[in-house]
Amino acid sequence: MLERLVQQASSYAADIDGLILLVLVLVGFWFLLAEGMFFWLIWKFRERPGGRSEYITGKEKHLKRWISIPHALVLVCDVFIIIASVRVWYDVKQHLPQADETIRVTGQQWAWVFTHPGPDGDLDTPDDIQTVDDLYVEVDKTYHFQLESRDVLHSFSVPVFRLKQDAVPGRRITGWFRPTVTGTFDIQCAEICGIGHGVMAGRIHVQDAGTMAQWVTANSSTAAQ
Amino acid sequence: MAQAATEIHHEAHGHDAHAHHGPQGILKYIWSTDHKMIAMQYLFTGMFMGIVGGFMAYVFRMQLAFPGVSVPLFGVVSPGEYNALVTNHGSIMIFWVAMPVLIAAFGNYLIPLMIGADDMVFPRINRLSFQIFLVSVLMILASLFVSGGGFGGAWTSYPPLSAQSQYNLTSIGATMWLIAVALEFVAFLLGGINFIVTLMNARAPGMKAYDIPVVAWMIVIASILFMLSVGPLIAGAIMLLFDQTIGTGFFDPARGGDPILWQHLFWFFGHPEVYVVLLPAVGIVIDIVATFARKKLFGYKIMIFTAVATGVLSFFVWAHHQFIAGIDPRMANIFTVTTLLISVPIAELLFVMIATLYGGNIKLNTPMLWALSFIAEFLIGGVTGIFLGASGADIYLHDTYFVLAHFHYTFFPIAIIGTFAGFTYWFPKMFGKMMDDRLGKIHFWGTIIPFNMIFIPLFVLGLGGQHRRIYNFQNFPELAAMQPFRVLATVSLIIMLLFQLVFFWNCIKSWRGGAKAGRNPWKANTLEWTTESPPPHGNWPRDAMPRVYRGPYEYSVPGREDDYWPQNLPS
Ligand code: HEM
Ligand SMILES: [Cu+2]
Ligand SMILES: [Cu+2]
Repeated sequence: MLERLVQQASSYAADIDGLILLVLVLVGFWFLLAEGMFFWLIWKFRERPGGRSEYITGKEKHLKRWISIPHALVLVCDVFIIIASVRVWYDVKQHLPQADETIRVTGQQWAWVFTHPGPDGDLDTPDDIQTVDDLYVEVDKTYHFQLESRDVLHSFSVPVFRLKQDAVPGRRITGWFRPTVTGTFDIQCAEICGIGHGVMAGRIHVQDAGTMAQWVTANSSTAAQ
Repeated sequence: MAQAATEIHHEAHGHDAHAHHGPQGILKYIWSTDHKMIAMQYLFTGMFMGIVGGFMAYVFRMQLAFPGVSVPLFGVVSPGEYNALVTNHGSIMIFWVAMPVLIAAFGNYLIPLMIGADDMVFPRINRLSFQIFLVSVLMILASLFVSGGGFGGAWTSYPPLSAQSQYNLTSIGATMWLIAVALEFVAFLLGGINFIVTLMNARAPGMKAYDIPVVAWMIVIASILFMLSVGPLIAGAIMLLFDQTIGTGFFDPARGGDPILWQHLFWFFGHPEVYVVLLPAVGIVIDIVATFARKKLFGYKIMIFTAVATGVLSFFVWAHHQFIAGIDPRMANIFTVTTLLISVPIAELLFVMIATLYGGNIKLNTPMLWALSFIAEFLIGGVTGIFLGASGADIYLHDTYFVLAHFHYTFFPIAIIGTFAGFTYWFPKMFGKMMDDRLGKIHFWGTIIPFNMIFIPLFVLGLGGQHRRIYNFQNFPELAAMQPFRVLATVSLIIMLLFQLVFFWNCIKSWRGGAKAGRNPWKANTLEWTTESPPPHGNWPRDAMPRVYRGPYEYSVPGREDDYWPQNLPS
């Protein structure tokens, strides 16, 4: 459903969208039921000239059911949502799959600095490649990212990946993603970070293996100089 | 004319009787300890701040719909100003509109009148509370005009952005914002003590706990919630103030502090705060629904106990605001469970309200339309909250316009719809005149339709991945195309704001020339309707204080000729 608005471009995007759809179906049911009941009652019991209301206290057993049964059913729906939610959460945030490569993402007022490990595949070595606001990754590869901040809170958000994680100064937060579609997509900062928050727009370039290899060679030679 | 004159004479007389122990002239109003006068002060200050907050929304919505345009009555909006407008809009709407109107104005006005007391138990503390509140109002308004501009670090004021002026570039504004908020808390702590003590101790003879009208209960439960939750935040605010002004490092990781600590303190308060403003609005709505459906409330005790249950649960959900903030990811699971559980009592509150309509004889006048629309609209706010409480879905939705639309579907019904419901319902009591029902309905539809037209597009934008607090979405290629939704929201807002003129016109017109209300125009049961409109100083003559014989919702009792049965009528 959501992919009609925003493309799904990571391995877990469809799971998150599926969860949103599940919640939509369950709460949508309750919503329509409650609103339907509500408007029907207003119409059915609209003022009649000389009419008089019934005297109902809510203590009557057969009437109490009108509250206690929905009460129990809401609880059941909650349980379904909780289970589905925890499963998605576990896969996306709690569990780190084996990485093919690790990059570093650093937020600062008001730019994204990306550190790519370069040909040797290790961060913090001389052949690292640094870019600002443009992140280059390879499709169908699992990435770990180390998220850091130099000053205030930022939040690394890639809507097409359904990925979002706050960057906190003084911490290195590790997360992961696996792009599944090539193309160029938005990176937004999702946590207010000062007057430049609105221009803290990056782009992520998801490339096929060949283009990525070329990019690494082209840039590591300049980085090594 | 003659009528108005006697009315005024009567007013003056009512006050004269007590004037010998108070100052004269205009000071009489400023130094009044009468709960009704203090309620009016809160009400009008809150409404004025509502205009300020609404104006801010107009300015930043214009910028979003027409980036870079010179906004009429404001000018071009710079990024810094945009942040300050958003921050202060949010802060003002919650701390200086919802709180003073729903808790302080209605609480002060209604509690003594509904429980048959002549005033609050601590009238001077009450006055002090308003005076401190007024200082906080002046402080927050002044902060918008100091050099560097108003604070722009969002109403949540997360450090390090809020803590260090090198980051937020608004050193004075940030500190003034913080002091203003802290003063506002002090004002409401004082007010809250008063509400609680008054409800416990000053009830009319015969009024048992379950004879108290729901709205009075709700305001008191809300005050208790507020008092229990605000402590940690006040401590946090002091630490933040020190970080800002004398260079401590409570929230600075470079000096051993932790920025996330603030988030815990803030939301430990912030989430219960949502229920602090929700409960009074629910109370108002329930009283109105019972009156105009001519129905006994469906399950009075269920209502009170679910309110308490909601309040208790609300202390265990705060970290749902921080799922992706860098907390231990395992913690998110616990908070998903507690958050989804809170849907049970909230759903129950709504079911009880809806069930009360069954078997009624529903009169759709202005106050009732507001009350019913609260139920219809708040339901949208409620169900969209489930998406955000589900941690897995929140990864995507967090800090998008989906969140924004969700909480406006809770706050707008609370702060705006709830206020209009209560105001139109008790206007006859407060001012002794009936409001014009036709103008009232025009205002109602002119507000409710545009309200939905503002925020439904914002849901779509949020699902489309648009984040909050960004002053120009043209900088994001994927978002730029959704501009028509932004324009629709802004145009709807302008229409809604214009319709508010109908409301003010109605107030003035009715106040000056409305039909006289009499004591009990709605044929309601609760005690405030047994005294004159407006009630005199002391509320009832000293020798005729009311006695209570039954609960507040005995409408349409079989065997009685009248379809209402005032609480003070001996059987
Ligand atoms: C008059 C109609 C209103 C409109 C059109 C409106 C619109 C908005 C918009 C568009 C934003 C987000 C701006 C941004 O993130 O860039 C916002 C923020 C906010 N609004 Fe409203 N709003 C209205 C009324 C209210 C009311 C009645 C309340 C609460 C009682 C409220 C509370 C907030 C809060 C807490 C924020 C968040 C501020 C922040 O991000 O720091 N608003 N409003
Ligand atoms: Cu930012
Ligand atoms: Cu919350």
